[in-house]
Amino acid sequence: MLFRKAHSPFVNAQTHVHSIMYQVLAALIPGALASIYFFGWGVLFNLIIAAGVCLLSEAAVLKLRSRPIEPALKDGSTLITACLLALALPPLVPWWLTVIASIFAIVVAKQLYGGLGFNLFNPAMVGYVVVMVSFPREMTYWTAPLGVMDQWHSFGDVFNVIFRGTVPAQVSIDSITMATPMDAIKTQVALEQGISSTRQSPVYGPLFGVIAGKGWEWINLLFLAGGLWLIKLKTIDWRIPVSFLLTLLLISNFFAVSDYATYPSALFHLLSGGTMLCAFFIATDPISASTTPRGRWIYGAGIGVLTYSIRTWGGYPDGIAFAVVFMNITVPLLDYYTRPKTYGDLEVD
Amino acid sequence: MVVMQRPKKPRLIMESTHKPGHFHGGLRLNYHKELSNQNAIVAGKAQDRYVVPVQQHIGASGEIIVETGQRVLKGQILTRPKKLISAPVHAPVSGKVVDIGKHAVPHPSGMPADCIVIENDFQEKWIERNPVGDRYNQMNSHDMRNIVRDAGIVGLGGAVFPAAIKQTETNIHTLIINGVECEPYITCDDRLMRERAREILSGADIITHIIKARECVIAIEDNKLEAIAAMQAVVDEDGTGFFRVQSIPTIYPSGSEKQLITLLTGKEVPINGLPADIDVLCQNVGTAYAIHKAVYDDEPLISRIVTFTGKGIKQPQNLEVLIGTSIADCAAQCGGYSDDASCLIMGGPMMGYTLSSDQLPIVKASNCLLVTTSDEIHPANTEAHLPCIRCGRCVDVCPAKLLPQQIYWYASTHNFERATEYHLFDCIECGCCTYVCPSQIPLVQYYRSAKSEIWTLEAERKKSNHARERHEAREHRLQQQKREREENLRKKKEMLNKKKGEPAESEIDQKKSAIEAALARVKQKKESQSVAPKNVDHLSADQQRQIKEADQRRQTNGKESDE
Repeated sequence: MLFRKAHSPFVNAQTHVHSIMYQVLAALIPGALASIYFFGWGVLFNLIIAAGVCLLSEAAVLKLRSRPIEPALKDGSTLITACLLALALPPLVPWWLTVIASIFAIVVAKQLYGGLGFNLFNPAMVGYVVVMVSFPREMTYWTAPLGVMDQWHSFGDVFNVIFRGTVPAQVSIDSITMATPMDAIKTQVALEQGISSTRQSPVYGPLFGVIAGKGWEWINLLFLAGGLWLIKLKTIDWRIPVSFLLTLLLISNFFAVSDYATYPSALFHLLSGGTMLCAFFIATDPISASTTPRGRWIYGAGIGVLTYSIRTWGGYPDGIAFAVVFMNITVPLLDYYTRPKTYGDLEVD
Repeated sequence: MVVMQRPKKPRLIMESTHKPGHFHGGLRLNYHKELSNQNAIVAGKAQDRYVVPVQQHIGASGEIIVETGQRVLKGQILTRPKKLISAPVHAPVSGKVVDIGKHAVPHPSGMPADCIVIENDFQEKWIERNPVGDRYNQMNSHDMRNIVRDAGIVGLGGAVFPAAIKQTETNIHTLIINGVECEPYITCDDRLMRERAREILSGADIITHIIKARECVIAIEDNKLEAIAAMQAVVDEDGTGFFRVQSIPTIYPSGSEKQLITLLTGKEVPINGLPADIDVLCQNVGTAYAIHKAVYDDEPLISRIVTFTGKGIKQPQNLEVLIGTSIADCAAQCGGYSDDASCLIMGGPMMGYTLSSDQLPIVKASNCLLVTTSDEIHPANTEAHLPCIRCGRCVDVCPAKLLPQQIYWYASTHNFERATEYHLFDCIECGCCTYVCPSQIPLVQYYRSAKSEIWTLEAERKKSNHARERHEAREHRLQQQKREREENLRKKKEMLNKKKGEPAESEIDQKKSAIEAALARVKQKKESQSVAPKNVDHLSADQQRQIKEADQRRQTNGKESDE
């Protein structure tokens, strides 16, 4: 009798890349739903445009590279990139901006580097950074969250703003957009208004909610919940989020305690902007993150320091995308110098 | 079965200061042990022919000392070790050597190897046996090691390293008897411990005697409660307190020597080092049992217990079979294969290798033959797998504390220097990384081929170095010859010049010295004239006259010469 040849090990845990990716997508759902709830149709449009363009450009490049298309589209990684990008973009950005960001993310940051597993940078963040640098005005097109507004902008209005670039009659674009709490603090503190007066101002006051901004607190808490679920499933590594959040907490708390009039509280930093989305979904992208245990601690801490620095002293209201891309650059070095001690390596460092 | 009388003797008993700790990584697996561990060990049926491979151990193969046609007795030595790290093989039955030559053997390479084929005469005639028995207590380590070596005993956990070499006397503190058996499916050690605990303990005692160990730990995974109970019973019976049964958590690969040592002692075996470097020796329960048989029965290693298991075999069980028995015959004894049998694996599902045919002999390394159905196993796909997403699950499970994803990156891009720098050669090929890989990358396969490619390159480098050295030696020799030739030529030229009559330097010198001598004589003469003559007293008249005449002559001569 002739037997089949194979190589050991002959058994396998039967986990797959696509199951990991779909778990991540599932964990994004609560936070994404909250984003849609608070910011309306625009978020949905962003998600649909980004997903469509990302999948199409992925397929197009794979076809040019003569690589199998179907398994790459099915592995879920492209959808994650699209979702992260869409959730990071303001809800009223013009459609072409989302398209540019998506194409940059997939074609340049992912496929030109060799596709899944070979990209040095987080694709979604590269796409975000490109449009942030190129179209800073459009990147402020946030709306006030539900709760500050009484109801969503109508489907037709949002559609016209995004796809036709026209605003409803008798209003300007400025009247339907609204600064984010992070933006507000940055500009107002720069104008020496101080945090408490900003929080009490008739224009910005309603934005702040209980802790870190109406809507933003909920969105961040729900991303946190999704992230904790991923850690429980061991789908993502716990070190990067813990290190990132801990660093951000310690630094922001240090400055807030030293000068509470100028620096917002640690809780504000943790629950506003893209903090939780970054902690559990962006910084934990294993491909562009450090891969050694010690390296992951440093990587997370680095993003924390950079995020706080850019938010506080930099030119952008939220520094997450830049912080992540900066830390992506350090990964090869981090990986090399944080190699764990091999079994039986008795040399003292 | 020999009823053993274990002599009680005073020994230095040291309390171990280490609590059972843990090693990095590892996996909890589905073990499927119940398939084969329910029934007692059954003796293998006698067969007509036995194919005994010459090389069944790590090290050099021995020299064949029998001839085709020769009659051999059961237990007769067939090969003699030529080098230190080697082990002999013995005739499993009495009969006739019918063939010596290349036959298929169980080996990952699938290459045939030298074998001695013996036809069974069913006489069961043994060689003369002189068991040492309890007298081993009076024998020295050296003689005892020779007994272990001559019995052809090798590590039966699967590594088949000659046991006597391991037992070279050093400052061993802890003897670990490895009854962990962490690979799924395999139960031969489990059954052995349940059924022959006393003999295992006797073997452990003999090893203790050889290496002068100060404590002995019998390590068993906590999923083998019956084996733990059986070993504990004989340890209690022994009553010296020297032996200790240690139940350890069931985490693959806790049975791997290094991981087990770390688990029990908290120490790590140094890279490129041996357990002896940290005063530990580790031997499998099967090895201890074989040593007991060699000492008490004078029986060399001609049989072993083999687990036949998997869904692809009809009656999974443990067989005690003679080395050289065909796998097919054993499988037949186990009721044959099921209809959907697909893979024949020697060893366990994590580290074993597939055999393409069952027409192969059982060897000393055959601890398990696993026949699987196609739905039972899921080997990683060698042809198509997704790229590495650097998720790091492999890092979390690697018991060698490596970065498997980085080694994979360098191994797959043939950057062997970097792969080695990332400790490729410290990989124990346990398969944990491949087991958890979500991209289904056959990581271990990449490491194996990288290792063998590096070995090939290394061999080639050595070869080219050798060639270069030879070339340089030749160049040197040629240059020396050239120098010698030139020297000879110069000498010859000189000789030739002399013969031609040209005034050689030496001739000129001669003339010069002749002139100088002449001048010196003249000077002397002048001096003798001015100086008063001596010894002129007491001379005879005749002598006086002669002197006068001489003086006159001299004066006239002097005038002549002055002119």
